[in-house]
Amino acid sequence: MGQGMRRIFSGLTIAAALTLAGCGGGGGGTASKPDTAYQETLIQQLIDAKPGDVISIPAGVYAIDRGLSLEVDGVTIRGAGMDKTILTFKGQTAGAEGLLVNASNFTIEDLALEDAKGDALKVNEGENIIIRRVRAEWTGGPKTSNGAYGLYPVQVKNLLIEDSVAIGASDAGIYVGQSQNVVVRRNRAEFNVAGIEIENTQNADVYDNLATNNTGGILVFNMPNLKVPGFGTRIFRNRAVGNNTANFGRKGTAVASVPAGTGVIINSNDKVEIFDNEIGANNTANVIVSSFFSAGYKAGEGTSATFDPWPESIFVHGNRFSPGGGKPDGMDLQALRVAMFGLNGALPDVLWDGYVDKAKFVAGKLDPALAVCVDNGAAKVLNADLPNKAKNPKVVELRCTLPPLPAANVVFAGPVPAESKIPAPGKS
Amino acid sequence: MIRLAAVLLALALAACAPPPLEPRFIADGLPEDLADWGMVGVRDGRLAPAEGVQPYELNTPLFTDYAGKLRTVWMPSGQAATWSDDETFDFPVGTVLTKTFFYPKAANGAVAPGDGLTLSQTGQGLDLTKVRLVETRILVRRADGWVALPYVWDEDQKTARLKRTGQPIAMTLVRAGRSDRFTYQVPNVNQCVGCHGTNHATKALQPIGLKARHLDRDVSVAGIGFNQLARLEAIGYLRGLPALRAGGVDWLDERLPLDARARAWLDINCAHCHSPTGPADTSGLYLTLAAAGPQLGLCKPPIAAGQGTGGFRYGIHPGKPDESILVFRTASLDPGAMMPELGRALAHDEAIDLLRRWVAAMPGGCG
Repeated sequence: MGQGMRRIFSGLTIAAALTLAGCGGGGGGTASKPDTAYQETLIQQLIDAKPGDVISIPAGVYAIDRGLSLEVDGVTIRGAGMDKTILTFKGQTAGAEGLLVNASNFTIEDLALEDAKGDALKVNEGENIIIRRVRAEWTGGPKTSNGAYGLYPVQVKNLLIEDSVAIGASDAGIYVGQSQNVVVRRNRAEFNVAGIEIENTQNADVYDNLATNNTGGILVFNMPNLKVPGFGTRIFRNRAVGNNTANFGRKGTAVASVPAGTGVIINSNDKVEIFDNEIGANNTANVIVSSFFSAGYKAGEGTSATFDPWPESIFVHGNRFSPGGGKPDGMDLQALRVAMFGLNGALPDVLWDGYVDKAKFVAGKLDPALAVCVDNGAAKVLNADLPNKAKNPKVVELRCTLPPLPAANVVFAGPVPAESKIPAPGKS
Repeated sequence: MIRLAAVLLALALAACAPPPLEPRFIADGLPEDLADWGMVGVRDGRLAPAEGVQPYELNTPLFTDYAGKLRTVWMPSGQAATWSDDETFDFPVGTVLTKTFFYPKAANGAVAPGDGLTLSQTGQGLDLTKVRLVETRILVRRADGWVALPYVWDEDQKTARLKRTGQPIAMTLVRAGRSDRFTYQVPNVNQCVGCHGTNHATKALQPIGLKARHLDRDVSVAGIGFNQLARLEAIGYLRGLPALRAGGVDWLDERLPLDARARAWLDINCAHCHSPTGPADTSGLYLTLAAAGPQLGLCKPPIAAGQGTGGFRYGIHPGKPDESILVFRTASLDPGAMMPELGRALAHDEAIDLLRRWVAAMPGGCG
């Protein structure tokens, strides 16, 4: 494969990364001098916290030089607003996170975590987690040296992330991993490699979010060697537009395989419904459906036997696509575009790598319930035919329907509001 | 008259000299002064364990920026721990463990590595003219479980005070031909869970080193040799010691296979998090002695490593240490990439060398 990044679909020809000019960051950073004394108070509060406590952090910019952590259930951390209460980790010398939480019944709201050396906020294991109006940002714009994840709950049950902002993460701005019952709504993710990523998670609703200027807007992935596979994600009423920032992820990460210019990408996950979104101006494809194999990994090597790398029961319908696919990431996809659609042509709205699990065939056919269905007006699908080394890529019809997925059951999130309120791009 | 003078003199001396150390279990609260516990104390210019407080060492210790460690265990009279083949021994309420982190003094306020010192050199105490004390951590088994309390030594090395919020300490470590400035990090008590909360669901703290395989070791204190487990049994601290035991692995013992040495190092340094119940189970990488195949990292793609990949695709790429994430992260000094995440600001060069040789010797490859 040579020295280049291995991107999904880079199996077409030679792997090579297009170097797109990096876009400017989200701004941020305040002129006032950070308060260095407050961190001692905050650490003491985090240690002494009792269930039911509210730790209030007044407006101000506070310098934190080591990782913070909370271990007590039932605590709320509350600032005075995501642009008023700012914890800056610019001088951080220790700790893999800005704030690490291992607790249930946890709420964090109205503050910002800036320039953490690793992840900004990690919530590792817990139930009933609310992340609300929190900004996680790397203020120097998209850089490979930025921390990996902005808002990073993992192995949690019953999760609400709303009205939050994630900017500049070198992996995912908002990343939900190995969790159950999840609502991610009305957030803004910009200038991350992955804007919003749902991974190995069961029953997630992702709606009314804005994902723009990321490498990939919204991702639904399954990774091998984890205890639980993900399935059951609904992506609806989002805007995933103009996600064309050059991939600045660290090589070797899963997101480093995402081509710049991807609106929504499903990789190896099952039961995903993508509907009623506005997806456009993503230069590789508005939607990609792919398997773990397309990221350059081999079947059976380095993966647990139970891992299922095929994306199955994927239903794309009723989205409003605007033109994309005109300048795909990588020489191989560019060559494919020109060869199939002409010099000024564009890849179709949906790009599919074509991997199907033949072991699941019954009478020579895949169970229709496991199909990839694209029933989205005039939107076309390109099967890149990667299982056959891209010998015969072609535009295919995948018109079929699947039963609607159930809503995520997060009681404290309430039902899906009738009215959609998608955040506007730009500084909050 | 002479007798009275002698009594007065004795009284005067007693008033000057600190009282003898009396180890005690403090069942609740947050004692401010390490001396309140009576486990270790400074007497005659030495930091030494009290009478009845048993010092011990481990076959393979956890690395903490080349600090030396003086570990002790004490139990109330008549109490004993119960043997376990693989897990931490079951300790009775009242057990008090201490671990004192120190460095041999070097010139100009710098320090030298202390991790190579053994009980034969430290078991009778630390000479404070030669040693800089940094912190003493108490791990106490109370009715509700283990509680961790870090005490930081003051500059004149007389008193160690409770510092629950942790403390960064600027230091310079001198080794053969090199000098490194670094920030030693006394952890805050929430961070204690990061290593000692070996079951991430319950978050209950557990001692890490007090397992059969770490303690089964012949040591020498004051010129008297003994097996540590036999000693613990003899002084009534341990019940159920089997005659036949699996033994342990000293990671520095060059007579042992590379694989056993590397796995022993990973076990004590990584497996408290990287286990099926630990906080790092999110990574799917287990560095327990039982792990094998992709779980051990062989050709395993990272899950959420971020910058921690170092640009590499696999946890362990057999035959290629320079393309293995595990080697990269253990050598990294970047807080966003380094492993372990806590407890070090320096790289453990000798261990990295061992891990590199271990990976290099692995057959096969990936991709």
